[in-house]
Amino acid sequence: MTLKQQERQSVQHLIEQARNRKGKKFIEKCVPVLLFLAATISVLTTFGIVFTLIFETIEFFTRVSITDYLFGKEWLPFSGKEPLYGILPLILGTLKVTAIAIVVAVPFGLGAAIYLSEYASEGVRKVVKPILEVLAGVPTIVYGFFALSFITPLLQVIIPNLKIFNAISPGIVVGVMILPMITSMSEDAMSSVPRSIREGALGLGATKFEVAVKVVLPAALSGIVASVVLGISRAIGETMIVSLAGGSTPKFDFGFTDSIQTMTAYIVQVTTGDAGYGTTIYYSIYAVGFTLFIFTLTMNLLATYISKRFREEY
Amino acid sequence: MRYIQEDVVMKRMSKRLSANKIWKLIFILATSFALVSLAMLLGRILSQGVSYFDMQFLTSFASRIPENAGIKAALIGSLWLMSVVAPVSIILGVSTAIYLEEYAKQNKLNDFIRMNISNLAGVPSIVFGLLGLTIFVRLFGFDKSILAAGLTMSLLILPVIIVASQEAIRAVPKEQREASYGMGATKWQTIVRVVLPAAIPGILTGSILALSRAIGETAPLVVIGIPVILQFLPTSYLDTFTALPMQIFDWAKRPQEEFQYVASAGIIVLMIVLLTMNSIAIFIRNKFQKRY
Repeated sequence: MTLKQQERQSVQHLIEQARNRKGKKFIEKCVPVLLFLAATISVLTTFGIVFTLIFETIEFFTRVSITDYLFGKEWLPFSGKEPLYGILPLILGTLKVTAIAIVVAVPFGLGAAIYLSEYASEGVRKVVKPILEVLAGVPTIVYGFFALSFITPLLQVIIPNLKIFNAISPGIVVGVMILPMITSMSEDAMSSVPRSIREGALGLGATKFEVAVKVVLPAALSGIVASVVLGISRAIGETMIVSLAGGSTPKFDFGFTDSIQTMTAYIVQVTTGDAGYGTTIYYSIYAVGFTLFIFTLTMNLLATYISKRFREEY
Repeated sequence: MRYIQEDVVMKRMSKRLSANKIWKLIFILATSFALVSLAMLLGRILSQGVSYFDMQFLTSFASRIPENAGIKAALIGSLWLMSVVAPVSIILGVSTAIYLEEYAKQNKLNDFIRMNISNLAGVPSIVFGLLGLTIFVRLFGFDKSILAAGLTMSLLILPVIIVASQEAIRAVPKEQREASYGMGATKWQTIVRVVLPAAIPGILTGSILALSRAIGETAPLVVIGIPVILQFLPTSYLDTFTALPMQIFDWAKRPQEEFQYVASAGIIVLMIVLLTMNSIAIFIRNKFQKRY
């Protein structure tokens, strides 16, 4: 045997050996299965959420008629004699807060996004971005406390008939909460518009503002709209701010200065009090939770659809 | 010869140029809104809470008398909670990310898992609370324990950790894997000895940020029914407990004005914990960030 043949044989021998090592083979086969099981946990979580919500909601609807629930304009679960379960006041309360949040977050968020992506120097961006990250990391309970103890008294100076619990103050603070998300998502969308398009417009004599509004904004529109829709979804599902500063008076009217109640705040109200297991009130939190879930799921799917369907490819 | 006649440009474009200037100012103001909000929030809480924030506050249990109220049970409780959330969520999250990035083939099942994770990230935290209440508290019989709350919180932050880990794993260049295979390493050996070590800074950064979100999250704890006024510390994972945001929620709701100051002091503690964690995350990101 020549030296070369010996070498080749020994390498083949090693490969052969590696193939036959049993422990290794076992690990290589087991690991993917274990990892797959870990990946199924997230799917199981979704199933868990959907099934618990559906089953307990069905139980609720054996006690309360579904048309009363969907179209009822009075939500009085705690009135002993004849409790009323009409979801509309809770939905209206949620929408009031969401509307104000959007009025605050969209102009300020978009303005900041335009500034950061079109005007700001690298230095300014390096300062502003971490601050936005801190703002995004502030727990909602802190925002809630801020709304109740600072924003509400401040607003009461400007709006004299504002109640301690109202829709405006939590609305503004929810807006501040979702602002970092809208800013950073919109900024990402605008930054991904290629330089050459901007330069083309600038070369034709457009000002920076014209480039931003007439060129970059339309090109980044899908990303911007998706960020706003996700912001709406967050505002709808927000809990601690509205339950601290919004109050607990579900009413079907269109005023913003009185106490309101949102879907999330109702769930908090029931779970902090002692609603006995198995009572209609206990099941009602699942019906409200399910309604809330449908709202936010629709918004999230819509945002995904918009950013996929209308994405511009360069 | 001048290429640009500035006087002509100014005459014809003055309106548009001044519009540009005014709008730039407006955009700067919009940006500073976020900065002003943060400054107001931090300033308000510091000025209110600092007088109550002392050693006595850190080492006392909750009390009906504002002066005696302390945050000991909540601080220790939050640490216990994290000792469940951190291992559970990081092990599950990183495993899922490895599966999706290294093993999952492009088929409908794996597409469904991916879509499912992105949808799960948008589910409101209070809905996770309802899940925890039904599954862990009632069905599994964990009651209002650290274990029940910890598992609920883990599921809540799982999508964040998965996405962060996926990005970190994806950033490891293909050549490194190929070199490892070329040396005769198996797939799992490559993952454990090449891919994971390179991805760990990214995974850690994402995990710490997710954990800091879990520390501040209140809604699931409220729904599970975690109590607030506790005069003892937990001794096992099946004991009940209280956590920082729950304690703050309780103080913030009380009508007496003094409790507003106590709540602010509690928020100072919470914010110190969060800012410390965030700075650790930023430190890891800056120190170990590699560009290939």
